[in-house]
Amino acid sequence: MQTLDLIQEARRQAGICNACRYCEGYCSVFPSMHAGRAFSDGDIVQLANLCHNCRGCYYACQYTAPHEFDLNLPAALAEVRRDSWESFAWPQLLARRFHTHGGAVALVSVLGFALILWAIRGLGGNGDGFYATLSHTAMVAIFVPAFLLPSVSIGIGLRRYWRSVGGQRVRLSHLMTAFGKAVRMKDLAAGHGEGCNFEDEDRFSHARRYAHQAILYGFLLCFASTSAGTAMHYGFDLHAPYGFWSLPKLLGVPGGILLTIGCGWMAVLKRQSDPALGDVRAWGGEKAFVLLLGFAGLSGLLLYGLGQTPLMPALLALHLGAVLAFFLLTPFTKMAHGFYRSAALIRDAQRIDTADRKN
Amino acid sequence: MTERYDIAVIGGGNAALSAAMTAAEAGARVLILETAPKAYRGGNSRHTRNFRCMHRGPLGPLIDDYTEEEYLADLLQVTGGKTDEQLARLAIRTSKDCLSWMQDRGVRFQPPLSGTLSLARTNAFFMGGGKSLVNAYYRTAAKLGVDVLYEAAVTHLELQGDRIARVDYTHRSEGHSLSPKAVVVASGGFQADIDWLTRAWGPAAQNFLIRGTPYNRGAVLADLLDQGVESIGDADQCHAVAIDGRAPKYDGGIVTRLDCVPFSIVVNNNAERFYDEGEDVWPKRYAIWGRLVAAQPDQVGHAIIDAKSINLFMPSVFPPIKAGSLEDLAGKMGLRADKLRATVEKFNAACGDTSAFHPTELDGVATTGLNPPKTNWARPIAEPPFYGYSLRTGVTFTYLGLKVDDRAQCRTAEGPIQNLWAAGETMAGSILGQGYLAGFGMTVGTVFGRIAGAEAAKHADP
Repeated sequence: MQTLDLIQEARRQAGICNACRYCEGYCSVFPSMHAGRAFSDGDIVQLANLCHNCRGCYYACQYTAPHEFDLNLPAALAEVRRDSWESFAWPQLLARRFHTHGGAVALVSVLGFALILWAIRGLGGNGDGFYATLSHTAMVAIFVPAFLLPSVSIGIGLRRYWRSVGGQRVRLSHLMTAFGKAVRMKDLAAGHGEGCNFEDEDRFSHARRYAHQAILYGFLLCFASTSAGTAMHYGFDLHAPYGFWSLPKLLGVPGGILLTIGCGWMAVLKRQSDPALGDVRAWGGEKAFVLLLGFAGLSGLLLYGLGQTPLMPALLALHLGAVLAFFLLTPFTKMAHGFYRSAALIRDAQRIDTADRKN
Repeated sequence: MTERYDIAVIGGGNAALSAAMTAAEAGARVLILETAPKAYRGGNSRHTRNFRCMHRGPLGPLIDDYTEEEYLADLLQVTGGKTDEQLARLAIRTSKDCLSWMQDRGVRFQPPLSGTLSLARTNAFFMGGGKSLVNAYYRTAAKLGVDVLYEAAVTHLELQGDRIARVDYTHRSEGHSLSPKAVVVASGGFQADIDWLTRAWGPAAQNFLIRGTPYNRGAVLADLLDQGVESIGDADQCHAVAIDGRAPKYDGGIVTRLDCVPFSIVVNNNAERFYDEGEDVWPKRYAIWGRLVAAQPDQVGHAIIDAKSINLFMPSVFPPIKAGSLEDLAGKMGLRADKLRATVEKFNAACGDTSAFHPTELDGVATTGLNPPKTNWARPIAEPPFYGYSLRTGVTFTYLGLKVDDRAQCRTAEGPIQNLWAAGETMAGSILGQGYLAGFGMTVGTVFGRIAGAEAAKHADP
């Protein structure tokens, strides 16, 4: 379906929801929806990015199929959401290649491994530990652009998003409200704080929320570990390899464990859930992304554990290849959701702020 | 399987589930026979959103107080005194214990929905609405060992002397029977049987819309009444509201409701007004408009509003008919243009000072010298574009039901039936002789469901 058709279908469903309002207490979507009477395209995109696909509204809905109103708001918003990421992505050439194509994610991962292997063969090592296999200079030459290019791409996408949803100047209070919700994943907890409906129909459970937070905090710890390593290398002239009681390891090991367990758990939960309540076309792409992220965590742990064995060079290629693919694909895969959802929560904080000022 | 169950509960909505859970908690082996398929389980409870609850001091989502006397006064006002006061007081008093009982069985509450602040003191809203309540109860019932058969239509209860001896039902188009020790009937009214409605109302009923489940056809009720089980209520009494005329024939639920009447004039097919649109706030008047519209030609009404009022009420799922002039609007709504203009002009001329207009309070902004008058919110219909909604009668549930005592037990002229209890809409006519009080159906279902379940379990385990 084309963008306009997806938005039109979500608008039809939102019109029914707005006349019902029974789900108002579940999440951030409904209070935002109920604030208006008509929905512009930007409104629908904003609602779609606020939705965390907790599915509480679907199982509570008296109008789901076989009812003629045929409501499936989580799916309708999931499709608009993915389509919005594709529409806002830069460069457009890559926008629609990965969300709906798990195979393409796998292919890029393999290319990532190959590139690192080629670098190991061609550039070689120079130093201790992993640097004996691939020099620090070579790693920097590969990963600085692999980090900066996606960052620029995400920045361009977010700017396009912000314009389309009518975002205003951001205040600190908006950020506090938005990230306050994100750090607790409040919108996956339902209004009564008992979690979402995911792996077992209408049973409320925190499984998905906890798995998500394991991934989120695992990822942040790993990112912090790398940042700490960079700071130590350039700021303090302390070069890898680092011992266990060093900042990069103390952050990275728990981070890798959380990331691996979280991704594995999420993959299992995803398989138990009903694909029809999400974006059916993106199921494979999302699955591939979760597995890639989990593999980045697992290969990092293996590399740490088996770094002194002959397996090291191969593991290093796998780990760095996975990380490389992950970074490069960030603007074009499910990873983009973190940025857009944060933006949507900030925009919603602005809406609430404006409404409060009026009253 | 005949001997496996102590109690058969007929129906699958709030009252049935309340009875089933209560009985199972008392140790009884319970089978629920639900006519609907799983996707449509829960009867009219699927469409509900709150229950009316007495309380002293804040309770759950409820604020302030709502005393027994005030609750009863509200009930008497809508029923015009047509109520069994003893049963009414029982329902009201027990309602205050229901909130925590419901929470203990998985129901979650939320603050009043936007647009319903006037109910914040009296009605506790279910998080996610009635279907989420039903889902929670089915999960709790399953944990208690209650078995559920969907698409199980009860065709006959065999009354022998003062006992129900046998329950006949079809399941997957095969006939079955069982002989439980006790039976609870909680299978709603008969409103989805249009032929029965037509017998009670006359041909007008053909034009009625059924707001809730298409499965409440009154099969068990009819079967029991045929065998001399005592009834209560009149066949033409029901909870009927004016809803959007474009609503589906069945199951349209809450989104078909129209809240625009107080800010409109309502005319019939002859473009004539027929009732005071501003008599009271809408939550206190919505339940009389179903009957008012039913009494008009072709059972249709047309609410006419202008640009200044379009944002004063919650949106309906159907967009209004919109036109730049009254004549165009009349054309689009199938009304005579000259007659509509005359009616609007006469109304506008009768409007006075509108400076005190207040959309959520009785503002006393009234017409003078107009019959029927509009006693609040009377502002001229003058500012284009003009908007119109067609109104039809939407029946929620019928009041002709099984007569019960304060133990929810059914009876014949000879006395109580030893093993038959009733709960929910199928006996609500005992308390609601006419009219309706928002959220009271779920109160009756919960209170009498619990009583019926407890009494049936007591009987089953002597």
